Amino acid sequence: MTTADYERNMVLATDTDYKVIGTRPVRHDGADKVTGRAIYGADFDAAGLLHGKILRSPHAHAKIVSIDTSKAEKLDGVKAVVTSKDFPEVGNQWLKDNILASDKALYVGQAIVGVAASNPHVAESALGLIDVEYEVLTPVLTTQEAMATNASILHDSLTTEELGKDTGVVSNVASHTQHVKGDISKGFAEADVVVEREYNTKTVHQGYIEPHNATALWSPDGRLHVWCSTQGSFVVRDSLAELLDMPVSMVRVTPTEIGGGFGGKIPIYLEPVAALLSRKTGAPVKIVMSRKETFEASGPTPGSQIKIKIGAKHDGTITAAYAWMAMEAGAYPGSPVGAAVQCVFSTYDVENSTIDGFDVVVNKPKTAAYRAPGAPNAAFGAEQAINELAEKLGMDPIELRLKNVATEGTRRPDGPVFGRIGAKEVLEAMRDHPHYQSAKAEGTGRGISIGFWFNIGFDSACNIAVNKDGSVNLTEGSTDIGGSRTSIAMHAAEVLGIPVEDVRPSVVDTDTIGFTAVTGGSRTTFATGWAAYEAAQDVKKQCIDRAAIIWDVDANNLQMEDGVISSQSDSELKMTFKELAEQLSDTGGGISGSASVNPSGVGGSFAGNIADVSVDPDTGKTTVERFTCVQDVGKAIHPSYVEGQMQGGSVQGIGWALNEEYFMNDEGTMTNSSLLDYRMPTSLDLPMIDTVIVEVANPGHPFGVRGVGEANIVPPTPALANAIYDATGKRMTSLPMSPGAIQSADAE
Amino acid sequence: MKWIDFEKPNTVEDAVKLLSDSGGNARAMAGGTDLIVMLRVGHPRVNPDVVVDIKSIPELNELSYDANKGLTVGAAVECYKIYGDDNVNSHFSALNDSATLIGGTQIQGRASFGGNLCNAAPSGDSIPNMIAHRAVATITGPSGTREVPVEDICTGPGQTSIESDELLISINFPSNGAGFGANYIRFIPRNEMDIAVAGVGASVTIEDGKFTSARVSLASVAPTPLLVEEAGEALVGQPVSEGAIQKAADLAKAAAKPISDMRGTADYRKHLCDVLTRRALTTAVERAQGAS
Repeated sequence: MTTADYERNMVLATDTDYKVIGTRPVRHDGADKVTGRAIYGADFDAAGLLHGKILRSPHAHAKIVSIDTSKAEKLDGVKAVVTSKDFPEVGNQWLKDNILASDKALYVGQAIVGVAASNPHVAESALGLIDVEYEVLTPVLTTQEAMATNASILHDSLTTEELGKDTGVVSNVASHTQHVKGDISKGFAEADVVVEREYNTKTVHQGYIEPHNATALWSPDGRLHVWCSTQGSFVVRDSLAELLDMPVSMVRVTPTEIGGGFGGKIPIYLEPVAALLSRKTGAPVKIVMSRKETFEASGPTPGSQIKIKIGAKHDGTITAAYAWMAMEAGAYPGSPVGAAVQCVFSTYDVENSTIDGFDVVVNKPKTAAYRAPGAPNAAFGAEQAINELAEKLGMDPIELRLKNVATEGTRRPDGPVFGRIGAKEVLEAMRDHPHYQSAKAEGTGRGISIGFWFNIGFDSACNIAVNKDGSVNLTEGSTDIGGSRTSIAMHAAEVLGIPVEDVRPSVVDTDTIGFTAVTGGSRTTFATGWAAYEAAQDVKKQCIDRAAIIWDVDANNLQMEDGVISSQSDSELKMTFKELAEQLSDTGGGISGSASVNPSGVGGSFAGNIADVSVDPDTGKTTVERFTCVQDVGKAIHPSYVEGQMQGGSVQGIGWALNEEYFMNDEGTMTNSSLLDYRMPTSLDLPMIDTVIVEVANPGHPFGVRGVGEANIVPPTPALANAIYDATGKRMTSLPMSPGAIQSADAE
Repeated sequence: MKWIDFEKPNTVEDAVKLLSDSGGNARAMAGGTDLIVMLRVGHPRVNPDVVVDIKSIPELNELSYDANKGLTVGAAVECYKIYGDDNVNSHFSALNDSATLIGGTQIQGRASFGGNLCNAAPSGDSIPNMIAHRAVATITGPSGTREVPVEDICTGPGQTSIESDELLISINFPSNGAGFGANYIRFIPRNEMDIAVAGVGASVTIEDGKFTSARVSLASVAPTPLLVEEAGEALVGQPVSEGAIQKAADLAKAAAKPISDMRGTADYRKHLCDVLTRRALTTAVERAQGAS
């Protein structure tokens, strides 16, 4: 590979007046991870551990007539068997059914029976001795099938909610929502050019490398302790408490290290089964999913059907935009269409728009979050339509976007008014990037796209205790997926003016820290970082007060900067944080600070791509020759981790664009449920992903942080579709844009 | 939970005895890169009582070349030894197209052409290449030793004409004269760690600008790797030209009988047979002309 004649990882920093923020220290958990000492869920062991396995439905849609576990229970080594009957009668039935099905199996892989045995082989054998009688029904596998008038119905109790009102009509459509701004009839009448198309996407999986796992121990005193790989230990605690009808204080959840989640490790699957098996046996029970189970029985992101219509004047002013989006919820309501409608046109300041969203149940696993859930599906349509519009108008696609870009004060099509955002700055950085400025290589096509994700705030807590050697122990409750321990510790280090290496961050269990919401929604560095900022401010204030006592001066006259406490009026009075820490015990006791926050100043993030591809004209195979990701992150606390997020989101988007899909047969069985045939890109399928960090500070965070984890997966699918069109003249309206699909498509 | 006996004999005789004593419930294992995976996932076709590790048997580790007899590759010889062998690199370099393609580096340290043949996957990356090279398998059983052309070994997915009490000893590649060139290529959507959507092995011998012999064999487009004799025969006697190669590619495409599955549609696979046959023959011709 030749050396690039430009900076491959640019940081367009706006505020550099920091000592720790914006540096790239080694992560605190790095040594444990690279030496294999970090404890993941499947590593967990305990005295007397039993091993659980789960019998799963072979049918995508079937009534469960009877379950006979008597033979399995008699097998030597089997310690307990549980079914849905072991749940308390209270609680959400659909939630319980997704853990252990009661009356119906609604997807292949849905859990029916749990078994605990002395070893995994016995548990596996026991599954073969369980007799389940099914009455097989017609499966419904796409939104088109599910919304058809004579469709097979998944839930007799599901009636459509139409614009917030229950229609009482039983159907597979859980809800229809609509956002209207202005008048699209008027807008389209004003348009000189209109583009309109339908787009389809397939179910895809997050592809985290570590399968789901859980170990539960239900003690004789009624307390339940669970160790598991999760993005939110408090979500697991609260869900278990609800399902098992017990107070949250009786459930303790210890999050183990996590091998990826991307949203898919927010829901619970194995934890309640392990808990019920432990209650019956009195022993700890561990269950670990296989890769096949992870594909078939966790929560992928949906297949979808999307119709987009956009109109503009000759000068490029977009006058109207319409989106119709139906997304597969999977077996139970709750697709990400509700997020998709918030993102589909939010990059643009459009006077007239209407967005219809449909949440549709189908016989596939219940969808879960996946990195900006819903937004990539929406962008695959909308951002291709914008490029098509640019072509018809004879405008540069970035200039067309800049002409209509949303800025501070723009009202989004779904209602909220934007605060300070960086969409314009991202587009300008794309336009000015050496990649966009360079000529395309012979035989390649170029595509661009931009995407939006709104990000979330929610609850976070943090405790900081000062050690006598001048280091601090920082405890927090956010699962560390992408280096957040260190970025949170950097918040505290910046406030206290100490090196980040002097902060010892720990992710602790639900008995040990205040309520902390999931690691998700790109909220962790923003909200838990903020809690660390506040807790450090608390420590700082106490340090100043203590120095005032020691020196017998007025605390209002003292300051603490760069880890040194000093007096504004007496230059003789100086003491480092370390020197103070040594004296704490003798001057009134230790110092610890804490904070619980639920910040409201969330800043949305925009990410854009420039992609160059070549397409083999004989085979239809796409090679990504060059790929640049530009993202407004507000402030990059640890730029390497931010770049990692940008590259990771890009890679997942590239995989989604080119090859990934749940390949279902007519019976609703996924036929490619292995990492061999579920074709995620390997390092050999990708170019180096160049990054540009744009910093438009979020005024709602003390350091200007926006979330960075999600917006970057939104633009890759349309950027690559636009590049493939540029290379081949073929407008690919369905994902994945696999070699076979491109080869058999017709040019425009 | 089922117990499986593990045996590691040191002679062909002992191995054949273990196989015949098992009553058809033994599996020979070379590198185990397919067998162990299938055992772990409980593959319905693989449920042996005995696994016979054949890596300690000298004849199955032979890798030798003789100008008259050709190249002998023992059934357990690992891919890395094949592509590391001077004789292979001098006289049979096209075998490396397969040896370097099967699995990653770690897999190549275990996997063998013999195992690839006995696993009999329609997508086996070494099989069309062996067929293109006119390779012959040596098989020993209780009643003696027989020699079978590689194209007659696979009878269906995972099924071979090797009897349950027989053992594949080695694969022999006849020596090639001047003007010989061969190539194996496959198509995969990714660039590595994938299974052929279609694959083509091709060999040619060129004298005075004309094809004097040619073979085309296909992977992943039928229940077994296919020898398309008519594609090779169509080239014989023809001057080297794009038109002649295209004719052979058309015949290969016509001979393909693929299914549609998660790896590709039948139509796409047939299309790939055309593209890959053209490309493999073109490379084989370049190598033949470069060698002459």
